[in-house]
Amino acid sequence: MIEIVSAARCTGCNICVTVCPTNVFDAVSNGVPVIARQDDCQTCFMCELYCPEDALFVAPLADRVRSQESVLADPVTMGAYRSAVGWARGERSTADQDASYELLIRAR
Amino acid sequence: MAMSNVDSGKQVVSSAEGTGQYEVDVLVIGGGPAGAWAAISASAKGAKVLLVDKGFCGTSGATAPAGTALWHVPPDVQSREKAKASRFALGGELAEHAWMDRVLEQTWINAERLAEWGYPFPVDANGIEHRDSLQGPEYMRLMRKRVKQSGARILDHSPALELLTDEHGVVAGAAGVHRQTGDTWLVRSQAVVIATGGCAFLSRALGCNVLTGDGQLMAAEAGAELSGMEFSNSYGLGPAFSSVTKSLFYNWATFYYEDGSVIEGAGSARGRGIIAQTLQTQPVYARLDLADSAIRQWMRSAQPNFFLPFDRQGIDPFEQRFPVTLRLEGTVRGTGGLHVVDESCATSVEGLYAAGDAATRELICGGFTGGGSHNAAWAMSSGFWAGAGAADCSRDARATARRVLRRAGGVGLHTDNASAPIDSADVIRAVQAEVFPYERNWTRSGDLLEDSLQRLDDLWVGLTQCAPARTAQEAVRAREAAAMLATSRWMYRSALQRTETRGMHRRREHGSLDPHQRHRLVSGGLDEVWVRRLAVPYREHGDLSIAAAA
Repeated sequence: MIEIVSAARCTGCNICVTVCPTNVFDAVSNGVPVIARQDDCQTCFMCELYCPEDALFVAPLADRVRSQESVLADPVTMGAYRSAVGWARGERSTADQDASYELLIRAR
Repeated sequence: MAMSNVDSGKQVVSSAEGTGQYEVDVLVIGGGPAGAWAAISASAKGAKVLLVDKGFCGTSGATAPAGTALWHVPPDVQSREKAKASRFALGGELAEHAWMDRVLEQTWINAERLAEWGYPFPVDANGIEHRDSLQGPEYMRLMRKRVKQSGARILDHSPALELLTDEHGVVAGAAGVHRQTGDTWLVRSQAVVIATGGCAFLSRALGCNVLTGDGQLMAAEAGAELSGMEFSNSYGLGPAFSSVTKSLFYNWATFYYEDGSVIEGAGSARGRGIIAQTLQTQPVYARLDLADSAIRQWMRSAQPNFFLPFDRQGIDPFEQRFPVTLRLEGTVRGTGGLHVVDESCATSVEGLYAAGDAATRELICGGFTGGGSHNAAWAMSSGFWAGAGAADCSRDARATARRVLRRAGGVGLHTDNASAPIDSADVIRAVQAEVFPYERNWTRSGDLLEDSLQRLDDLWVGLTQCAPARTAQEAVRAREAAAMLATSRWMYRSALQRTETRGMHRRREHGSLDPHQRHRLVSGGLDEVWVRRLAVPYREHGDLSIAAAA
């Protein structure tokens, strides 16, 4: 589930509020969006991909909300997924490297 | 009065209703691949199109976060025949050659369109381009852009709550809310396309929590029929802690008990039943130890999202064992959905069309679906046809101004004998308790189906006596709960009727295929759920005229 909206990185553009398919965030006027409905997060990582500032972090735990302490105690790399699909600034989509065709012909 | 499908009891729409009022030719409900293709093809026919999505067109649905293989097969006879035969028996011989032909052809054409639009299909060392896989974020970002360029308008975060019907029962629009502002909207249209996806019962399978069967509920309230709802017990395989139910790579996995010994016969494609069975009593672990270094490298580039849970938990899935689970994907990967009555993907109700997972996929898959390839092909083909069909229908329709429109919705919206408000969370938990357990749904049995249905039917009666939701967000959640409940009842009533094992539907006491049950099961109804048999039509080859005209 979504765990981090980094106040240090966030510019308040509210793209995450718009793109989240399960409406997890609430916009805050002149501020950083809040995770208003964490339990509705479906751990799809789409907000991370669309965040232009790499200010969001989605933990891979689908069913469990972690305490703020354990989140903070766990150092994370921001923007890793966005970079893996080539959506970061100045990058090119990695969809043209998709080697699924190699795997599909070899799958049993 | 209590809920009913009788029009006379329904609330008439006045001209002043809805904060946002729209009048269009075609309304598309749902903005995944099927809805996006529907909007594009309806616009191409000159229709004025509005697309509403519960979430955000571009990220909503199972495709965007997950990605998918695509049933993309060259148009030579040998390749196509082989492709059609590959899953025909697995699907219990309920698919139709004519529909498979049409879908293969339309998918071929649409993939060409995607390439023209700039989707970056990979090119191998021999210079051959491969179009049999679509990465979700890239595909759906492109589709959103193309929907807008087609001239269609998109309303995000705008769940439809109910359909509108005219005095003849013809579908003529929908009403809903904007869930971030709480505003209401009302759309008058000549035709509606339901592309809201399947129902995965809020199981947190990847991208599936927006897929709660909303469109099927709305359509059934307007009188639409469903088909193949017994083929609804698909479970996605993934790490136990994670949402990522992408199963292709488990072809290279070995499955283990907690003590590290191998679970004989367990596998992703064949042998998933053994995993389901083992999970009923103890944890199951997997390790992708059959993948050599070349395979490992291809995996990283093929599905970056597959590795997110592992990388973030510090697990090396090739070297370390990790716990796995099966999450219910219901009719998202299952094949049941709205019954389609002709090649334009019209439903049994005039003015109403269905596409993608919301429509039955039995036409090309029968009672089984494995990977996403057929699902993606069905979404783009059925979406394309439904959009075109809806646009044609809107040209022939009467002027909306002269029609008296009624709200077709029921449970959670309009009840006069109401007592307590709906406890949606409670209903959702109760439905999940009947449909999640492997012992009830992976393999079904008559006694447990009856047992579940008794409680599910009681829950429905309870829902019909609840007060309407007070806020936009409550209404959305109440309708999701009602849709999940309705879906579970169509599922289990159909499953009860099919006293055999066919496709993904397995009956404990009827373990083999019964040649006398090679028919479809059409279902419907809300207060009273009914199921009837329908013969599988047989035609050798499809009419390719729609595809050719694209």
